Amino acid sequence: MSGRVVFPNKLLPYLLLAPQLAITAVFFYWPASQALKQSMQREDPFGLQTTFVGLANFRRVLADPNYLNSVKVTAVFSLSTAFLALALALPLAVMAEKVVRGKGIYRTLLIWPYAVAPAIAGMLWLFLFNPAMGTFSYLLRANGVAWDPLLKDGQAMGLVVAAAAWKQISYNFLFFVAGLQAIPRSLIEAAAIDGASGPKRFWTIVFPLLAPTTFFLLVVNTVYAFFDTFGVIHAVTQGGPGKATETLVYKVYNDGFVNLQLGSSAAQSVILMGVVILLTAIQFRYVERKVHYG
Amino acid sequence: MKFRGIPAVIAAVAALSAASPALAVTEISWWHAMAGANNDVVEALAKEFNEGQSEYRVVPSYKGTYPETLNAGIAAFRAKQPPHIMQVFDVGTGVMMGAAGAVKPVAEVLAYGGETFDKSKYLSGITAYYSKPDGTMLSFPYNSSSPILYYNKDHFAAAGLDPEQPPKTWPEVFAAARQIKASGAANCGLTSTWLTWIGLENFSAWNNLQYGTEENGLASTDFELTFNSPLHVQHFQNFADLAKEEVFRYGGRTSEAKALLISGECSILTESSGGLGDVVNSGLNYGLGSLPYYPEAEGAPQNTIPGGASLWVFAGHEDADYKGVAEFFKFLSTVEIQSRLHQVSGYLPVTLEAYEATKASGFYEKNPGRETPILQMMGKAPTANSKGVRAVNLPQLRDIQNEEFERMLAGQQSAQQALDNAATRGNAALQEALGK
Repeated sequence: MSGRVVFPNKLLPYLLLAPQLAITAVFFYWPASQALKQSMQREDPFGLQTTFVGLANFRRVLADPNYLNSVKVTAVFSLSTAFLALALALPLAVMAEKVVRGKGIYRTLLIWPYAVAPAIAGMLWLFLFNPAMGTFSYLLRANGVAWDPLLKDGQAMGLVVAAAAWKQISYNFLFFVAGLQAIPRSLIEAAAIDGASGPKRFWTIVFPLLAPTTFFLLVVNTVYAFFDTFGVIHAVTQGGPGKATETLVYKVYNDGFVNLQLGSSAAQSVILMGVVILLTAIQFRYVERKVHYG
Repeated sequence: MKFRGIPAVIAAVAALSAASPALAVTEISWWHAMAGANNDVVEALAKEFNEGQSEYRVVPSYKGTYPETLNAGIAAFRAKQPPHIMQVFDVGTGVMMGAAGAVKPVAEVLAYGGETFDKSKYLSGITAYYSKPDGTMLSFPYNSSSPILYYNKDHFAAAGLDPEQPPKTWPEVFAAARQIKASGAANCGLTSTWLTWIGLENFSAWNNLQYGTEENGLASTDFELTFNSPLHVQHFQNFADLAKEEVFRYGGRTSEAKALLISGECSILTESSGGLGDVVNSGLNYGLGSLPYYPEAEGAPQNTIPGGASLWVFAGHEDADYKGVAEFFKFLSTVEIQSRLHQVSGYLPVTLEAYEATKASGFYEKNPGRETPILQMMGKAPTANSKGVRAVNLPQLRDIQNEEFERMLAGQQSAQQALDNAATRGNAALQEALGK
């Protein structure tokens, strides 16, 4: 640890921080405080009548079996999406590293899907697998698969997980490639000389040394699955069938913007905010320590 | 958390679009939910009105589905940037009625244009639905529809059914659908859009069954849902059984199933008469019939209840703007426009004169089936069960029903369980929405 760097000018550091602080204040603190305020109110959709109800909205939300169902759905969805996105990106990155000719082309092609917006990714998968018009739906049905994600919970969940993970593979791929390049060749060569086989070299050297990248991606992917997949779910299933794919974030939207229960919706966002703060804190405090940073 | 930003974004967009023209013409913004063939009609109407005079300019903007449009309008109102006119679907009526300070009753708006709203000129079933209990007309009926039966004539012929004789009752429909599937004429015999609006709300009215107490919520906002009667259960159990046999195919919660008829996947469809435009455009060899009923239901067929949407005017605009809105509404209610709207879109004419003019022109003789939705709605004087359905949270009630129907169609529960759950959960949600 070196000594603290001190700015000679007292005002300059604050000035340099100001834009970032302003953005955080406008886009985070202000809306968050509004959500906090609204979570303790009962209000009609148009905001004409407002009453303070204390913690009643929170009590109602936590006692709602649909909310608990949504917690379960979110856990299944987030874990599956993060796992699938990571498990597919890693072999792709390892393989792309081994390619000698045209490395750039392979990489570019694999990174491309990241440029697709979540809602578009959802639409793309919907067009392929929609039971009314999807190309693959016809193929599946023609081959005797009872494909109907509009009614079958598991298929609907599979579809949104696939769409959400597909989009994220590129991002993970990019970071894994960078992580792989940071692993010293000498370690792998030394192991090869010692007679370690390809898989053995991967599991004993490459995989552990990639742990910081994997950990970082795990956090990013979980946060992505929690919060950024609204577009995918809205486009593909809208939370259905029943409530089989209604994640916590989708429920916030549905209760607030479809059912117009603003108090309950705000209470859910506040809970969600608490969950994220807690999750991030735990991950960085405990999990990160165990990661081997080389 | 994330979505706290949406109203702000919408407001910003609204502010931009409101601020752009500094011309002498007064702009009237019209937010609507009409897609496909019906969107073309909206655009054509605005164009025609704008070209017919120079003082006002109506600017239509498509805001997504009906619920999305309603939410966009509410968000814009909260951000103090509401549009002038917003199209709100039938079930949003209860929501809008609860917002007395946010809307300007259409009767008041018309006064700005020196007009009075003469109810006797309009179809009574429609005006009653969009009025307050005291009779004040709140919104302007733009597109009213009634669910009817569509079928694929080629499939009927291929399956050995008479293509000129649509089935009239539900048992006949089920038999025809099974025959179509068994003969291989199509992969799916029957489908339906809007299981809530058609399968529950209109089914109740058409078979003279109670949907809820207090005239289905029209007499009082505090009422109880009673749509789990034996015949309701029987009807939905029939659908569940057909779904199991793969004769019935579920298309989605709103009008998605229309695509299943158009693509030739399914043969029989119950859908809003307003869906006609897309069916006509598809070039399908289609036939039309009345909404089926159960012969054992007492008094059936009774009458259907209006669906579709009406135009609401937001409060808080300039007087000059309201004058423009009044002019536009006057334009919309002319016989010529109403007749054309009805003839090209399949929506009902909202004025009696337009209906008479269409009848006199011989349109119905040339286009059999097109009078069906009007006859269904006006055929009989409504009973307490068939005036309409109104609830402050009808969109939410429908959501609950859809969830239960989906579980039923997936084979996870019986029709009895689905309807019992929908009623119990719906009643709880209604009481909560009423603030009890």
